[in-house]
Amino acid sequence: MSGQLLGLLIGPFEAFSFMRIALVASFALALANGPIGTLLLMRRESLSGNVLSHAVMPGAALGFLYAGYSLAALSFGGLLTGLVVAGLAALMARSKSQRQDVSLIAFYLVSLSFGILIVAARGSQADLMHVLFGTVLAVDVNALLLIACITSITLLIIAALYRPLAVESFDPAFLRAAGGGGGLFRAIFITLVVLNLVASFQAFGTLLAIGPMLLPAAAARCWTQKVWPMIALATVIGMAAALAGILISYYANLPSGPAIVMGAGLIYGISLLAAGRTRIKPRGSGEQR
Amino acid sequence: MANSSDGARWRRSFQEMVNLGGAAIAPLRRGLAVSLSALSDHAQAAFTRHFDGGYDPSPLDGPGQRGDGAIAVRNLSVGYGEHLALEGVTGDFAPASMTAVVGPNGAGKSTLLKVLAGIIRPMAGEVTCAALARHRLAYLPQQAELDRGFPITVGELVALGDWRNFGSVREPLPRLATRVHEAVATVGLEAFINRQIAELSDGQFQRALFARLLLQDADVILLDEPFAAVDESTTDELLNLLQRWREKGQTIVAVLHDLDRVRLHFPSTLLLARSLIAWGDTSLSLSADNLARAHVKPGLSHGGRFGRAA
Repeated sequence: MSGQLLGLLIGPFEAFSFMRIALVASFALALANGPIGTLLLMRRESLSGNVLSHAVMPGAALGFLYAGYSLAALSFGGLLTGLVVAGLAALMARSKSQRQDVSLIAFYLVSLSFGILIVAARGSQADLMHVLFGTVLAVDVNALLLIACITSITLLIIAALYRPLAVESFDPAFLRAAGGGGGLFRAIFITLVVLNLVASFQAFGTLLAIGPMLLPAAAARCWTQKVWPMIALATVIGMAAALAGILISYYANLPSGPAIVMGAGLIYGISLLAAGRTRIKPRGSGEQR
Repeated sequence: MANSSDGARWRRSFQEMVNLGGAAIAPLRRGLAVSLSALSDHAQAAFTRHFDGGYDPSPLDGPGQRGDGAIAVRNLSVGYGEHLALEGVTGDFAPASMTAVVGPNGAGKSTLLKVLAGIIRPMAGEVTCAALARHRLAYLPQQAELDRGFPITVGELVALGDWRNFGSVREPLPRLATRVHEAVATVGLEAFINRQIAELSDGQFQRALFARLLLQDADVILLDEPFAAVDESTTDELLNLLQRWREKGQTIVAVLHDLDRVRLHFPSTLLLARSLIAWGDTSLSLSADNLARAHVKPGLSHGGRFGRAA
């Protein structure tokens, strides 16, 4: 009986190499998404993360237009427009615009539409679906290597610069006064976010890339108030959601990206209910900075 | 029950997964090795030199010879868009002075502090502050500007005050734990040292921030409404701390609303209503005439104790 269950769990990965690659790819993504998502939550910048995930779209679409379905072109283009939009958003924040949320949503809508128009003009319906929702099962060895590289770089940089990254998100004025580099670390972090969105793009598409980043972190936050356990838990939850999502998409013949995000969403919902400890919200914590 | 061929198959596929996983994290392992050697002393020194100006483990100046806590403000104007928040402010904060910044809501008090802290760049005029350039300036924003839900304990928050001794990447000094304990005890939060800041009351949180200031031991301390939403006894204790810091030679500038407390504790006062109304000895600055010119009711804290300046 237990053998049968194990067979169900392992069988698909034994039989197909694309399943193995998909699993390892989504595990690698979860490794980087754990810390990135946790930091994004702690900075209260989920919204700008979401916007950045769509900012990857026009660049990827232009890459598609230029070189067809080439990994390098898609990734490079996406990285480029992602960073440009991040820079523009930083400039906006500096100009003290009161309507930042509106401008961010405008960015998001315009990049998304622009990207869709480009892909639709040259590609097929299938291309469009691929760009919007991705397919973990279509990740090849090259894409896996790209993901692994980005994960490695992300983990190394976060490990080395964890202290200023965390302090900058908590009390930027303190870090600035203490001479800790200030805006530099914000720029580094946003660059990491964009890099990881580019890595996720293949697997989850532009619409869902932010999901595996934020949902596991949000779920982990229900269970612990300490950062390192939060990061570890977010990583484990991300991996569990990936495993469940890939298996469900295999057996039920459903798209893999949405299945994984649904899995993470389900864990988040359960965490909210079970932990029953939505964060204490003291004075002054309600504002989005 | 699994038969042996099943077991062999699983072992094989498991092995294959491990191999693939190993291949995928190979760049990670290589990168880790490279970065570990790159974080040798040499690279660390370079990093510190370029990105980590706050790391400065040289011993603090002895008592009576601390760094220069003077701030000179010359013809300072600040604007947000077309609106002028501050206009033509000129004057000096003497070293080891203790100045209250008073004025109606929207008078530019918080803006002035942010300019002094180097957060906002002035539109015209200039501020000269040696402490800011040497990272020996501490700035406490209004409580509402800090994220109280952030997962950090009181002890960790206070330990940040020793930033100059560990910077972005260095190991903290061994005696940091003792110093944190002392600072936390000074503000009466021993029982809370391992609590999350989300569990603290407003008054306790302010005490924790003052403990961090204690460790920072900066030449200039800027406080934006430090006692708004803080209970009476905490306010009195923290005011005593401020007095002690002034006696040690630290320059203190605080935005306050409670004029009685200003008269009682602050020798100098800067009265602001977008432009400068008065700056100097508290009893002279807070004359009925000046207060009327600044549209502050004498003796009353304008806008209430919980008023927020723009």
